[in-house]
Amino acid sequence: MGERAPDLLPESAADGRPFVGRPVQRVEDLRLLRGRGRYADDVALPGMLHAAMLRSSVAHARLRGIDASAALALPGVHAVITGADVARACGGAVPRVPLRLQPLECMEPYRQPAIVADRVRHVGEVLAVVVADSLAIAEDALERIEVDLETLPAVADWRSADSGDCLLFDGTQTNRGVTFRATRGDAAAAFASAAHVQRERFSMQRQAPVTMEARGVVAEWLADGERIVVHGAAKVPFFNRRACASMLGIDASKMDFLEGDTGGSFGARGEFYVEDFLVPFAARHLGRTIKWISDRREDLMTMAQSRESEAELEMAFAADGTILGVRGTAWCDLGAYPRTNGLIQPRNIPQFLTGPYRIAAVDIASHVLFTNKGPAGTYRAPGRFETALFCERLLERGAQALGLDPVQVRRRNLLTAADMPWHFADCSPSAPPSSGQTETDSGDYLELYERCLAEFDWVARQARQGRQPDGRYHGIGSACFIEGGAAGPRENARIELAGDGRIRLIVGSTSVGQGLETSLGQIAADALGVPMSAIDMLHGSTNLLAEGFGSYHSRSTVMGGSAIVDAAGKFKAALRELAATYLECLPEQVELAGTEARSPRGRAMSFAELARHESIGVDGSFANHHHTYAYGAACAHVAVDPRTGHVELLDYLVVEDVGRAINPLLVHGQLIGGTVQGMGGVCLEQMVYDGDGQMLTGTLADYLLPTSTDYPRIRGLTFEAYPSPINPIGAKGAGEGGTIVVGAVMVNAIAAALREFGVNPVSLPLSPSRLWETIEAARSTVK
Amino acid sequence: MKVRFTVNDKPVSAEVEPRTTLSLCLRDHLRLTGTHVGCEHGVCGACTVIIDGEAVRSCLTLAVQVEGRSITTVEGLAHGEDLSPLQASFRRHNALQCGFCTPGMLTTAHALLTEEPHADEARVREVLSGNLCRCTGYIPIVHAVLDARVAYGGPAWTGEAHAHHGDGEQR
Ligand code: FES
Ligand code: FES
Repeated sequence: MGERAPDLLPESAADGRPFVGRPVQRVEDLRLLRGRGRYADDVALPGMLHAAMLRSSVAHARLRGIDASAALALPGVHAVITGADVARACGGAVPRVPLRLQPLECMEPYRQPAIVADRVRHVGEVLAVVVADSLAIAEDALERIEVDLETLPAVADWRSADSGDCLLFDGTQTNRGVTFRATRGDAAAAFASAAHVQRERFSMQRQAPVTMEARGVVAEWLADGERIVVHGAAKVPFFNRRACASMLGIDASKMDFLEGDTGGSFGARGEFYVEDFLVPFAARHLGRTIKWISDRREDLMTMAQSRESEAELEMAFAADGTILGVRGTAWCDLGAYPRTNGLIQPRNIPQFLTGPYRIAAVDIASHVLFTNKGPAGTYRAPGRFETALFCERLLERGAQALGLDPVQVRRRNLLTAADMPWHFADCSPSAPPSSGQTETDSGDYLELYERCLAEFDWVARQARQGRQPDGRYHGIGSACFIEGGAAGPRENARIELAGDGRIRLIVGSTSVGQGLETSLGQIAADALGVPMSAIDMLHGSTNLLAEGFGSYHSRSTVMGGSAIVDAAGKFKAALRELAATYLECLPEQVELAGTEARSPRGRAMSFAELARHESIGVDGSFANHHHTYAYGAACAHVAVDPRTGHVELLDYLVVEDVGRAINPLLVHGQLIGGTVQGMGGVCLEQMVYDGDGQMLTGTLADYLLPTSTDYPRIRGLTFEAYPSPINPIGAKGAGEGGTIVVGAVMVNAIAAALREFGVNPVSLPLSPSRLWETIEAARSTVK
Repeated sequence: MKVRFTVNDKPVSAEVEPRTTLSLCLRDHLRLTGTHVGCEHGVCGACTVIIDGEAVRSCLTLAVQVEGRSITTVEGLAHGEDLSPLQASFRRHNALQCGFCTPGMLTTAHALLTEEPHADEARVREVLSGNLCRCTGYIPIVHAVLDARVAYGGPAWTGEAHAHHGDGEQR
């Protein structure tokens, strides 16, 4: 235990030192700690009606008809909107949700309809929208709607989907939507020359991101101008506005998507969901303002789920432990539809399976399969959590088979500064702007792994493994990772001098709870040479900027921050220009000091005085098609009780180099929070569907999240040894690293603890009952 | 029916139905939206408020049950514009990210420390285990609560610092 940290830097600090790199306390906290946040359900507008969704209780069915007359007869019910109503209003067909990322043409037949028109494909799919004076009336009305469904056999797992016995989409020949393939070098030759080939079959359970705030939308109808304002938007408001307007058949300028506070995203919240169309549709239909807030069960059913996959993989080794290649196949169960970003997990699996290692030959295919389960999307570390586990387990087992220390094998194969930039395998197919090609930016992965081992006291702990007097078995494990971030194509920022002399900063990045106002405020204050408190920041909403891209792929700080740096340069030039007129000197002679402009002869004007003469507004942007790669390593020390399958985490250390930490406090928070979230996916969490496609985990008492007693001992260290050369700040997208590596390091530690039982954990979750079964199975084969 | 009670030291009344929950009454009738609803079935703790000193889930409490009682919500923890010592400790320790769980964490911790200013780490973890947070991993929240004990007459905290920063040199 070290000594107390010095108090954090207040945002009003004016000690002349840069804000970037220091632990500035969060600006957002002042409202969030006092209950003054504005989340979706906090929006209340005059004359607002309430919507409730009638959802399918079966996974696969043909819709024969809906009779809403009894519901419509209920006093206070304004409308019951069905697929037929939506189709009629939208030119004959129900509009379908577009793909935001990897919009491949072959996905066309699989896109999700906004409401069931003729076929139900998962439990929870919307059959009708009820709008009423109150939520209570709307919910009563739901029970009076009669639905005639012809139940069809459910396709509840990827194997039956792949058999093609029951095709889920008309006009297709297969439930296999697309196959991604990543290739590099000559895999066949690598395997032919191998001294050892390690084969494993992995499986990963379906997980749910579970933001603590459920989804919600308030669509405000402005009769004057026939405009719709959507409150409660998050993550990618500009894309969502385009998607919604085009589905409604109106011009995007007729809509605005306003961002408030967001109770978490983790990749899922803020993507475009069908309700983001249905509620504005209903608002236009009735000419009224309408609110819809998801309850927890609806949210578990319909918020994008992720990670469900299996993989059959092999890794080729030379006798000295050099990894020569990896190859194999993965199958990803995407549930009913690809949604806006569901293809990211299946496409990341083949490309990023090699992680931080110098593996020259790759040939991996990844199949996308549709089933009658909740539609998938991204969840923090999509495809990366999965592949870190696959890769590290193959490495560890291969090393053991060769009689080598897995730590030595990591050392031999980790990329170093001399390998940069390292080209990953190319992945295809790929839809623009993604090219399917990517390379690392900077770093020395080996150096940081060594640091992690040293900080963890790896060598000393090795001796303490195995059976303990209390009957438990101790084990330690390590693993390494890379974290891709900062996706392009672009981000925008605008800086204005307001009438009162204050600086208005507007960014296209969005806040999903990660402290964006603070980190971007730090960057802006430094770039402008003013205290943070001189700046008012606005972000995300579509009424602020012509275009913005938002927060995904750990991009908002790097992309938004770089756009701010660009805008700040232009803003200072404009200020000098303006001040020169009044200070009677040349623009380049104007000195900007804090919120004042000075001439060489000692005359000075405050920004407030300048603002009285003229306002200033400049736009900046940052475009980038390369990715940043933060990287790191982790070590875990566990105690496993073979009598119960219970795993206690005794110590955990994760280290990450993020290039440049804008605010070390926030980066550290992401690292620890992401680790615990991932830990839930390793030990507790599992979305369970039965053979009929019924979801059995419909409450937070069934879908178990980590609590405050589960993982008290987790430490994190952030490094800034290798700034990214591809943006002016040097920062790398961070926030997913803690999650990426946790599955890999935990299976290695648990396997080490249970070494004498010969346990090889290759499927998640490692819940006590599952682990106990694995131990028992291993024991009986040993006998 | 009409229900009268005290919220954050102010007498209030609201016209509610027998089935109206306290969380709905606070949020919709009284527009105190600091109390959040994360599950509506007693699992997440986001809706926790303090009723006569006791931390209670407002989603499982009916508005009519609090007739005549005294309630503290997150809006009532600070007096004036300054953060309360507990809130300030949350800020110092970066104990919130998205902030959705925060009102429930604060009310639960405030009720605990008022009763038990000497609560140790294990006790704090146990009491907070009924409140879910998806962002922070709980560690900074536990630290913030332990560090705030001194303001309630408990011990000063000598635990570890919040931000752990590697000392790697920049190249
Ligand atoms: S909303 Fe009351 S416990 Fe979750
Ligand atoms: S801070 Fe987001 S749920 Fe706790």
